[in-house]
Amino acid sequence: MPDQEIKNFTLNFGPQHPAAHGVLRLVLEMDGEVIDRADPHIGLLHRGTEKLIEHKTYMQAVPYFDRLDYVAPQNQEHAFAIAVEKLAGMEVPPRGKYIRVMFAELGRLLNHIFNICAYAMDVGAMTPMLWGFEEREKLMAFCERVSGARLHMAYFRPGGVAMDMPDGLTEDIMIWAENFPKMIEDLEGLLTENRIFKQRTVGIGVISSDEAMDWGFSGPNLRASGVAWDLRKSQPYDVYDKMDFDIPIAKHGDCYDRYLIRVYEMYESLKIVKQCIEELPLGPVSCDDHKFSPPSRSEMKNSMEALIHHFKLYTEGYHVPAGETYSVVEAPKGEFGVFLVSDGSNKPYRCKIRAPGFAHLQALDMLSKGHMLADIVANIGSLDIVFGEIDR
Amino acid sequence: MSKEQKLIEKDGLKVVGETLAKNFGSAILSVKIALDELSVHVETSEIQKVLVFLRDDINCQFKLLMELCGVDYPERENRFEVVYCLLSLSRNIRLKIRVSANERIPVPSVVGVFSSAGWWEREVWDLFGIFFSGHPDLRRILSDYGFEGHPLRKDFPLTGYVEVRYDDSQKRVVYEPVSLTQEFRDFDFMSPWEGIQKVLPGDEKAIDVADKSSKGD
Repeated sequence: MPDQEIKNFTLNFGPQHPAAHGVLRLVLEMDGEVIDRADPHIGLLHRGTEKLIEHKTYMQAVPYFDRLDYVAPQNQEHAFAIAVEKLAGMEVPPRGKYIRVMFAELGRLLNHIFNICAYAMDVGAMTPMLWGFEEREKLMAFCERVSGARLHMAYFRPGGVAMDMPDGLTEDIMIWAENFPKMIEDLEGLLTENRIFKQRTVGIGVISSDEAMDWGFSGPNLRASGVAWDLRKSQPYDVYDKMDFDIPIAKHGDCYDRYLIRVYEMYESLKIVKQCIEELPLGPVSCDDHKFSPPSRSEMKNSMEALIHHFKLYTEGYHVPAGETYSVVEAPKGEFGVFLVSDGSNKPYRCKIRAPGFAHLQALDMLSKGHMLADIVANIGSLDIVFGEIDR
Repeated sequence: MSKEQKLIEKDGLKVVGETLAKNFGSAILSVKIALDELSVHVETSEIQKVLVFLRDDINCQFKLLMELCGVDYPERENRFEVVYCLLSLSRNIRLKIRVSANERIPVPSVVGVFSSAGWWEREVWDLFGIFFSGHPDLRRILSDYGFEGHPLRKDFPLTGYVEVRYDDSQKRVVYEPVSLTQEFRDFDFMSPWEGIQKVLPGDEKAIDVADKSSKGD
C-alpha cells in the first residue's frame, strides 16, 4: 500500500459554542485528536468602548466599565474611579472607601462563583451551575438594593460611591456571609475530590511561574503558578491595608490549581466583607468637593448653589487637570488597569483599558498545544475569560 | 499606603530612572516622575535593548509587561506614542516607557522580549495603524474581518464609515455607508468664561508695534 499523506485538520470552534464563554472563535489545527495550534479570533464583541469614552464626560464614562467584565461590574468601575481620583486629587472619605472595598469583594465572590460553576459545567458537572446561580442572585439583590441595578451598578464614582447604603443592608449581608461557607463546602464536596473533575483538570494546561510572567498573567492565574503577588497586599488601595486576609498560593499552575485558588479566595473575600461591616465608619460616602461630586437631592431643592453645581456636573461635567496615570486594581480575574490621559478638558483624552483576560487568552495557544481537543475547554474555563472585557 | 512606603517607592523610581540614563545615555530622551509614576521617553530604535535591560538587570527585574498601548496626538510631528507599562514584582514598582512613532516610522516589535506583547501590538496596529517591524503575526485583532481604517485615531469619526444590516433578499449581511437619522451631536462644553482669551480685538497690532520698537527698526 502506498504511503498516505496525512493532512492536518482545521476545526472551527465557536463563535456560538456553549463552552466558548461568549463569542470566542477558535481556529484549531488538529493532528487527529491532538491540538497543533489554537488561533483565537476575538473582537466579535468589540463595541469601541475606548473610543466612546473619549467622547463622553468622566461621569458618563463610568457605566461603560460595568459592561466590560459583566460578571463582576463593580471592580472595573473601581479602577476608573481610582484613576480619576488620582488625576484630579480627590479625597475619598473613609465610609466611601469601606463601602467600595466591601462591594469589590462581593464582586469577587460574584465572579468566582460564576467561574467555578461555569467551569464545572464545561467539564461535565451540571449541578454546581444551578446551585451557584442561586447565590449569585442573592448577591445581585444586594447590588440592586444599594444602587438600583442588579448588574450594571454604576455605583463606584470618582470621589466615592453614588449614594449611601439603605438601612438594614449590612445586617442582611452579614447573615448571608455567615451562611455562605456552607455553600462553598457543598460546592467543594461536589468538585474538589471528584474523580471525573480531577481527571479533566489535574496536569492540564500547566504554566510555570516564569512563563506566566512572560505572558503577562495576573490575579488567580498567576498565583496558581506559585507567584506570591496580589495588588490588594502589595500595592494596597482604598482600605485594603487595614484588612486582615490571606492570599492563597498554589504551585502546579494547572487547571486544577486555578480552580482551588478561586475556592480559597472566596473564603478570604468573606473575611474582608465581614471586617468591613464590623468596622464601617459613619460619615459621608463621597468627596465633599461639589465641583466633583454632586450635592444631595434634598440640598439641591433648597440651595441655589447646590442647584448650579448639579446642573454643571450633569451637563458639562468636571474638568480634570492635564496628566496621565496607569491605575490598577486587583479585579477578580487579575490586574485590571486604566491608562488615563487627560488634557485638562471634561473628557478623557485617551482611556486605555487593560483587561486581564486579554493577556490570559493570548496564552491559550501555548497552554493547549499538544493537548486533546476536550482539554481546550478545560483551559478556557480555568483561565476565567469574559468577552466583554477582552473585546472592549 | 503609608508615607514611609511612598518615600521608599519614590526613591526606587528615581534609582531606576538614573540607572537607565547612565546605561543608555543619549537613547533616553527624558525621565520624569509625575503623580508618583515614573515615565521614561526612549529613542524608538532602542526600545528592544532598553526592555531587555529592564527585564534582566538584577536591580530592575521588570519581568512583566502589563500593558502596551498607543496614544494619538495629531498636532505633534510624530503623532503617535506607544506606551509600555512594566511591573517589577520583586521591587514592587511600575514603570512607563514611551516611544514616538508616526504612520511611516515603524516601532521594533518586542515580542521576542515579552511574549505578552504579541496581541497588544496587534491591537495597536489595528486601532492606530502603527507598524511593528519584526512582529511574527501582525494581523488585525479587534475590528471586523475586512475592516478598513484605524478607529482610535483622532481623525476617525466616532460613527465610523460603514454600518451593517441583514439583507433579506440577498440572504446575507451587507455593508452600507453610515446614514444618521439625526445629525451627530457633539457639544462644545467649554464654558464661555473659561474658553475666552484675555485679548481684545486689535491687541495683536500693539504687540507688533512693541516687537518692532524693541528691534530698533
